[in-house]
Amino acid sequence: MELHRLTCHELLAKINDQKATPQQVIQSLKARVESTESKVKAYVRVNPDDFLCAPEQKNAPPEALNLSGIPASIKDNICTEGIHTECCSQILGGFKPPYDATVIQKLKHAGANIFKTKTNMDEFAFGSSTENSCFGPTHNPWELDCVPGGSSGGSAAAVASDEAVFALGSDTGGSIRQPAAFCGIVGLKPTYGSVSRYGLIAFASSLDQIGPLTKDVRDCALIMNVIAGYDHKDSTSVNRIVPDYTQALINDVQGIKIGIPQEYFIEGIDPEIKDIVGAAIAKLTSLGAMHKKVSLPHTEYAVPVYYIIATAEASSNLARYDGVQYGFRSGVESRQSLIDMYKKTRGKGFGEEAKRRILLGTFVLSHGYYDAYYLRALKVRTRIKEDFDAVFKDFDCIITPTTPTPAFRIGEKSYDPLQMYLSDIFTISANLAGIPAISIPCGFTKKGLPVGLQVLAQAFNEELLFKIAYTFEQNTEWHLKKPKL
Amino acid sequence: MPFSLETVKYITNLARIELEAQELGKISGQLQDIVNFIDTLKKVNIDAIKPTSHILPLQNVLREDTLFASLPIDKALENAPDRKDSFFGVPKVIE
Repeated sequence: MELHRLTCHELLAKINDQKATPQQVIQSLKARVESTESKVKAYVRVNPDDFLCAPEQKNAPPEALNLSGIPASIKDNICTEGIHTECCSQILGGFKPPYDATVIQKLKHAGANIFKTKTNMDEFAFGSSTENSCFGPTHNPWELDCVPGGSSGGSAAAVASDEAVFALGSDTGGSIRQPAAFCGIVGLKPTYGSVSRYGLIAFASSLDQIGPLTKDVRDCALIMNVIAGYDHKDSTSVNRIVPDYTQALINDVQGIKIGIPQEYFIEGIDPEIKDIVGAAIAKLTSLGAMHKKVSLPHTEYAVPVYYIIATAEASSNLARYDGVQYGFRSGVESRQSLIDMYKKTRGKGFGEEAKRRILLGTFVLSHGYYDAYYLRALKVRTRIKEDFDAVFKDFDCIITPTTPTPAFRIGEKSYDPLQMYLSDIFTISANLAGIPAISIPCGFTKKGLPVGLQVLAQAFNEELLFKIAYTFEQNTEWHLKKPKL
Repeated sequence: MPFSLETVKYITNLARIELEAQELGKISGQLQDIVNFIDTLKKVNIDAIKPTSHILPLQNVLREDTLFASLPIDKALENAPDRKDSFFGVPKVIE
């Protein structure tokens, strides 16, 4: 039996019924990675002889928090004690964290086995295609010449190609949802503050959230049960009771009011995406939901606001990579000053996109430009948040395409940073407003590339997202399709 | 605004990043394009709007001043490119 094809909940049921053992699951996954990884390149530093951490489970977890024997694939920016965590950047080359991120501790307590090979990503999560990795690009399992999206492209491609049962990623402007859409899987960006960021290597601290990438909606709820919750080690963690998200998996959207923002169906959106998403909305309507056009008037400003705030925060967060505390150092051989060592280390250690973003962020925060750029962006961010607040007064959720186009070809946008930034146009607003958003598969283009449907709700309303996504999934079969590899 | 080579050199110094001459020219052009794009924000009316630096109504969290376990020095220094005793090693700072 091909155990690697199954979801977490299917594997848990098999293990529980003694129809499969955790060892068989690992063997099946290992064989799958050995046969397809050379095409997909979802992971970095693959070592089949040293594949998974030994499980550390001390006490059996309660049923709602049980992942016993389930292998977990982790993005290269989430700290795993003693295991390479390099953000796919040369400047963190060789870095092995001295501690586990809170989400890793939680997965271990739930009985999950952590992969020792991490999933590929754009350097420091700077990108939308996984091409900006010092390990080279990941390929889309549906069309190997295409990108898997990014920055969590390795996580998405691993799940889509059955090289992972599930994966964790991080989402600052769409880095979970956009690759989930490009690879035909489920990806959730939780509400800001609901999953601990302790041990997530910071990109933009007011926007970053860790979230699951899974084969179906039930798995997504299952993983959220485990990773969500208050953590005193993250000062922006919100102290509230974590519900059992699987209780929200109810096949019913009767009476749910959906807002369809007209600003998301503009010129430039791929006509096939428009039709496929339109059909998905019609499907939900046929199941009892109601929909109406709404307006989010400041949508066009989300990308410029994001590239000011995110780069400003990144320029500050990445100041710590100076050749003193972590692996890479340059410029000491010629007995130069400390400042020269900093400059040479950072000039050589960071990739091109990282340098571009640090410089842009430094510029918008610099004397004379702070008010004109950074402060203005924070005020427009308020406007964007107000747009959402206004719509949520009358509507339960908002539905949009996750991306304006399907997966693009490797190399197609890598020479034009601005075009690459615009591929996040539909996902960025959720991070700016701090609200949860899920992407689920809702169809395929004529060329066979997956299309994602994005559902957004008010802060801490993940349960509604799960209910709508689950209903759609139960009444369609898009999530069952697998790429031919 | 025009993104001159001088501006980029000023910024690279602030950011402590050394760029090769070729890189400097390429990145200047790209930053100019990006800054032109983000200038579209000038169209938005922001009169009397408060900035959002954080999305949650967060307050300072206080805790008791008690000891708890922290990383041992050797573990905290194990990724350092250079160390001496219990310190990070850096090029000479004081003449």
